[in-house]
Amino acid sequence: MDQLYAIANWFVSHAGSFYAIAITIVAASTPLLIAALGELVVERSGVLNLGVEGMMIIGAVTGFVATFLSGNPYIGILAAILGGALLSLLFGFLTLTLLANQVATGLAITLLGVGLSSLIGESFVGQPIQRLPSFYGFNILIVMSFVLTAVVSWVLFRTRLGLMVRAVGDNHTSAHAMGFSVIGLRYACVAFGGACAGLAGGYLSIADTPQWVENMTAGRGWIALALVVFATWLPKRLLFGAYLFGTISIFSFTVQTFAWGIPSQLLSCTPYLVTVVALVVISRNKRLLRANTPACLGQAFVADR
Amino acid sequence: MKKLLITAALAAMALGGTSAHAADKVKACWVYLGAIGDAGWTFGHDVGRKQVEKELGDKVETVYVENVAEADAAGPIERLARDGCKIIFATSFGYMEPTLQVAAKYPDVKFEHATGFKTAPNVTTYNAKFYQGRYVQGLLAAKTSKTGTAGYIATFPIPEVVMGINSFMLGAQSVNPNFKLKIIWINSWFDPGKEGDATKVLISQGADVIAQHSDSAAPMAVAQEQGKFAFGQAQDQIKFGPKAQLTANVDNWGPYYVRRVKQVLDGSWKSEQSWDGMAEGTVVLAPFTNMSDDVKALAQKTYDDIKSGKLEPFTGPITKQDGSTIGEPGKPIPAGDILGTNWYVKGIDDKLPQ
Repeated sequence: MDQLYAIANWFVSHAGSFYAIAITIVAASTPLLIAALGELVVERSGVLNLGVEGMMIIGAVTGFVATFLSGNPYIGILAAILGGALLSLLFGFLTLTLLANQVATGLAITLLGVGLSSLIGESFVGQPIQRLPSFYGFNILIVMSFVLTAVVSWVLFRTRLGLMVRAVGDNHTSAHAMGFSVIGLRYACVAFGGACAGLAGGYLSIADTPQWVENMTAGRGWIALALVVFATWLPKRLLFGAYLFGTISIFSFTVQTFAWGIPSQLLSCTPYLVTVVALVVISRNKRLLRANTPACLGQAFVADR
Repeated sequence: MKKLLITAALAAMALGGTSAHAADKVKACWVYLGAIGDAGWTFGHDVGRKQVEKELGDKVETVYVENVAEADAAGPIERLARDGCKIIFATSFGYMEPTLQVAAKYPDVKFEHATGFKTAPNVTTYNAKFYQGRYVQGLLAAKTSKTGTAGYIATFPIPEVVMGINSFMLGAQSVNPNFKLKIIWINSWFDPGKEGDATKVLISQGADVIAQHSDSAAPMAVAQEQGKFAFGQAQDQIKFGPKAQLTANVDNWGPYYVRRVKQVLDGSWKSEQSWDGMAEGTVVLAPFTNMSDDVKALAQKTYDDIKSGKLEPFTGPITKQDGSTIGEPGKPIPAGDILGTNWYVKGIDDKLPQ
């Protein structure tokens, strides 16, 4: 009984510390989750968008600049969404209308986004802004990320719109024959993906660390992209994957403070390793895998009639 | 046709000749690893460059190249040398080999390599004694911390970073011999997201003063939000932490750059291994804020003592983590030993990544 008390006591006295770590994990995983959800929708419609990193960082800079100029972080969030969406529409125009190669265009958009963001943000480096208000570490974007997961999951699998999107991604020829607007749906999905990536970037520069510096997304767009694939295009697995990645990242720092002597370089590999292994194990079922992979991913659509 | 060509060639040579003689302007060039917009390391060098322009006015023309990756540096450095630069400042450790290569081909051009250790007749290495600033930071941390624990965001396990940690700890131990330090290695010079996360983890583990070697203001912003203290890195970061910043290590390369360019102008430039510090004004501390007056007075006195040379953080004997001691009593440890630091002082609870 005494031991039980001791354990309970330990938990209660460390509750503050647990909460601090938990909220840090949530804060670290949220941008990945949001960007990955957007990319999931884009890929489900058959478009392979490698420009997530570029859209994310454009969202970060436009959100930051808008917050700085207007003094209102919510305007900044809207601007971030808009910034990401605009860049994604450029990507959409190049790949859906001009039928450029999706992989090459996506990479080019990333480079464009990173460079453009440096240019736009140059005179705003080192300026502080009004931070997004948070309640014990929770802010509206964190809540939104959970809502978004539920909404994307529900729309994709329980509504006609979601069915149409998946149809377009699996077999665009048949979908076209059925009368769906393949290009229209894909444009909408690409815009949604860009908006999410922009929002994730805005989260980083307005809510997480309210400042702008060049390259502040530091590759998170690429991590989000990989998470979508490893989660086999299923929103619930994506939520799990994003949080697993965030948790292990924070744990790898926490373990360092215990000074057990594990090399920090090894610890910084662990989020990637653990997430990849976990998701691969989960996605062992080949039939389910085939069922969920958008069959027309990356293929350009040309209506033949 | 032939006459036209010969006349044109002679005219070009004459023009070229006169322009070379007429210009007494010295072209000074800088190679930056990052972008000036990093508000940190590269920004600091650019501030120094601008000071050269301001102080030497018409006598110099300055040029800079940003975002030069270490692997591809030979090309840009050589182009600068070919374009008539008389002195080239290569501002990153990783530029060592390319700088030496180009320097061998252009013996008339002077090269300065930041934070390196290989010199040549026309190559100097230069560095700043940032660790002096960190000693004062450690002292302040021990004085202001309520938990007796500070958090340190370290970048890569190179001597530069380790000597900073050691100096910080020595400063803290001069006030509180049982001071604790928690260290997180983020293996990056710059990643605001990671730095912010590391700060949150350190705070959750009981640290209430945060020091960093990484370049962004993210730790300061997090400290401000959570009501803890932090030290600015490379620039005064009070804007990000009005209630959090105690002081900041400010890189002030201006005086060094002005001195070296002047030496090129009057011909007295010589290759050396310079390691300026507080005494020369290269390392400056931002105004002391958010502390009581007596702590401020102590910090100011320590700062003045280091500046005047009365106090040197690495004065022997220093006990290493493994128990052995280094340095002779009362004498500063030789610069070579400090520059090659690969050990922790006693009291640091961490294993040094090898």
